[in-house]
Amino acid sequence: MKDPKLKPQLRFQINPGGWFEGGSSVEYTTNDWRLERPVINLDKCVGCLYCWIYCPEPAIIPLDREGRGPTKVEVDYDHCKGCGICAQVCPTKAIEMVREEVKV
Amino acid sequence: MCPGLSHQGHRDGQRGGEGVVELGERLEYKKMLLTGDDAVAYAVKQSRVDLVAAYPITPQTVIVERIAEFAANGEFEGEFVPVESEHSAMSACVGGALTGARVFTATASQGLALMHEILYAAASMRLPMAMAVANRALNAPLNIHNDHSDIMGSRDSGWIILFSESPEEAYDRVIQAFKISESVDLPVAVNLDAFTLTHSAEIVRMLPDEVIARFVGRPPRRPTLLDERSKSFGLMALPDTYQYFKDDHYRSMEESPPSIRRVEEEYKGISGRSYEPIKKYALEDADVVMIMLGSYAGTARMAARRMRSEGHKVGVLSLGWYRPFPKREILDAVEDADTLVVMDRALSYGAPANPLMTDIITMLYEAGMRKRIINVAYGLGGGEFTEDDARTLLEYALKEGPRREFFFYYGGRE
Amino acid sequence: MMEEFKPVRSIFEIPRKERLAPGHRACAGCGPMIAIRQILLVSPEEPIVVNATGCVEVATSVYPQTAWIVPWAHVAFENSAAVASGVEAAMKSLKRRGGIDKERPVIVFAGDGGTFDIGLQALSGALERGHKMLYVCYDNEAYMNTGIQRSSATPYGAWTTTSPFGKVWPGKRERKKDIISIVASHGVPYTATASIYHWKDLMTKVRKALSYDGPTFLHVYAPCNRGWRFDPSLTVEVARRAVETRFFPLYEVEEGKYRITVPVPKPRPLEDFLSIQGRFRHLLRPEYREALETLKKMVDDRWTWLERMATATSKS
Repeated sequence: MKDPKLKPQLRFQINPGGWFEGGSSVEYTTNDWRLERPVINLDKCVGCLYCWIYCPEPAIIPLDREGRGPTKVEVDYDHCKGCGICAQVCPTKAIEMVREEVKV
Repeated sequence: MCPGLSHQGHRDGQRGGEGVVELGERLEYKKMLLTGDDAVAYAVKQSRVDLVAAYPITPQTVIVERIAEFAANGEFEGEFVPVESEHSAMSACVGGALTGARVFTATASQGLALMHEILYAAASMRLPMAMAVANRALNAPLNIHNDHSDIMGSRDSGWIILFSESPEEAYDRVIQAFKISESVDLPVAVNLDAFTLTHSAEIVRMLPDEVIARFVGRPPRRPTLLDERSKSFGLMALPDTYQYFKDDHYRSMEESPPSIRRVEEEYKGISGRSYEPIKKYALEDADVVMIMLGSYAGTARMAARRMRSEGHKVGVLSLGWYRPFPKREILDAVEDADTLVVMDRALSYGAPANPLMTDIITMLYEAGMRKRIINVAYGLGGGEFTEDDARTLLEYALKEGPRREFFFYYGGRE
Repeated sequence: MMEEFKPVRSIFEIPRKERLAPGHRACAGCGPMIAIRQILLVSPEEPIVVNATGCVEVATSVYPQTAWIVPWAHVAFENSAAVASGVEAAMKSLKRRGGIDKERPVIVFAGDGGTFDIGLQALSGALERGHKMLYVCYDNEAYMNTGIQRSSATPYGAWTTTSPFGKVWPGKRERKKDIISIVASHGVPYTATASIYHWKDLMTKVRKALSYDGPTFLHVYAPCNRGWRFDPSLTVEVARRAVETRFFPLYEVEEGKYRITVPVPKPRPLEDFLSIQGRFRHLLRPEYREALETLKKMVDDRWTWLERMATATSKS
């Protein structure tokens, strides 16, 4: 018989009042939301960072994170939802949206 | 408080009658003639509050006016935020409490009803704060006078709820409220009856500023918006986690009594005034016990005193704590009584019983006690209740009658 | 009183330190999230964020996953300006008592529902009391969190689930509320509109607003692809066209002076903005011609009024 007083154990802490340490959402991946993935052609990328400034996630990561000049970027595929804004705003058409293979 | 001991004083004429009385080495106080509202304002000033956000409503108005006056003269060191509604008052208090500051608000009636939504947030976010509620009837019909329908509407919001019976008790309870709330991470509401307490002046034995400052200290550290490592507060909980927070909140209330008692005892140490979950008057061998909340308990005690002198075994029990409900203390006190007269100043339409009656009857059932119980709705919207009225009800209860009954008692003259 | 501030001139001067973490659950291509990222990136100091209930709040704060790297609080829908008032006032007291060294900037994020409608009273109160805070309304022109219901920020003619077009209705029958005028009339030092496409303009306005010692307000146009019915990749493009057709003018009211910050001397036809959104597409059908003309006139009148305000107040 199941114990009616059972309190299932959670993997995470319940902080009284419901607060949590900032930035914890990185653990939540959204890669399965995506129908298309942005693929960056680094030969065409001029490092203008438009894709970065317009990314809603952020899932575009400047390769030079400390600097103050043009830098090429990479995609955080764990969190990219495949909206395609980066491809749409890219002035050199260096980003192509490629259909994800759907695994059923 | 007792009729005859108070008077409706003119607002500006209420302070005075000062005099320092020393109680041994450590205990000293200043006697002041204060209304309940004034007394609360002084308590707030002395408790080193960081933020007062409040909106005026009769009969709480004087609390806000007085704190504004203190602020205008540099006597109140915290920030006074004259918000545009009670909803914003409670919201600003939540914001302030999230920085770790000590916060206070005061309201009544419609104002408490308008705050309702945020009362739940404050409590379940486990934020310490104190609020004075100048208990007043709820519209409709519009009425500015005393009953308990406001606080009963907020009964289940998860606040600690205390009642006071005199301006001095309101003063004492507000000071205690800060310390209680900070020791259990729950907000505390201190109730004082409209007009009978808020606007009636009595002698308040005010403790020295430094004694109160030392008593309340600074709020203990807890997670705040100002922490080195950023935190998010007020997250959304899906069905998988929501119940854990409610369970935690519920437990914190269940476990709060020892902490409240500790603060009461500590306060006794600095003031010589003792506070307990319930106030007992002539209960030892009482056949009939009248159970009450708020200022009319004093009136009932006067009646009981006279009836005792005439040989009637009657007593009065009033609650200092309402939430958490002092079950054990009440049960011990009424164990031998035959008849309980449970006095409700709020209604619960269509319910098996009115609010206080529901609590009492549940408690008795759990303890396996069966008694004759008379539930009386009285004093609604400021309805009069004199010593004669208390006597009428106690005499009625001394006679044989049905095991259960409920009626409206109108009070006043025939 | 205003501190020095530097206009944003280049994308490369913007710190690459993210203050919003990925892994939030906003829809793909969310306009409001773009606005919030841009604002947080450019804030000179780490702000304390107060967030009204709404899309952004629910998408970023599912326990135990919060996307906010900065301190953040949510209490309810209509009270974010009041909560922020409390945070700001409490910090003053704590500073005076030596509990903290300095007060931190407070930024409110609330949607159009939480600002134009249910939160208007709390906003007005906070503005009148003069709390130092930047209140940002991310405007996606309807109650998106509950499923696309009209708000007083929804423009005339727009379809929502509670302003459908039909045989009698053209979509929403009322005009969009002018929130900037309402805010400006409180006499606050700085208020402005902004748009996510024009990030340089937006970021400059954020810096400027945060340099003022008092309440400031930004009304940020933040398209919602789910509610406006367009492809997620077009979020930024829709925002751009809103400005280029003069549908959403970018301007500021600084110390009572109106200034159009992104002039649009040659506006594109309004149809360029309307035609790429499902919520407006019906207006291009012949039976809604009258409504379309009404909307166009509203856009023109608004621009003319703005220009007149800019001219009139620049002389004073």
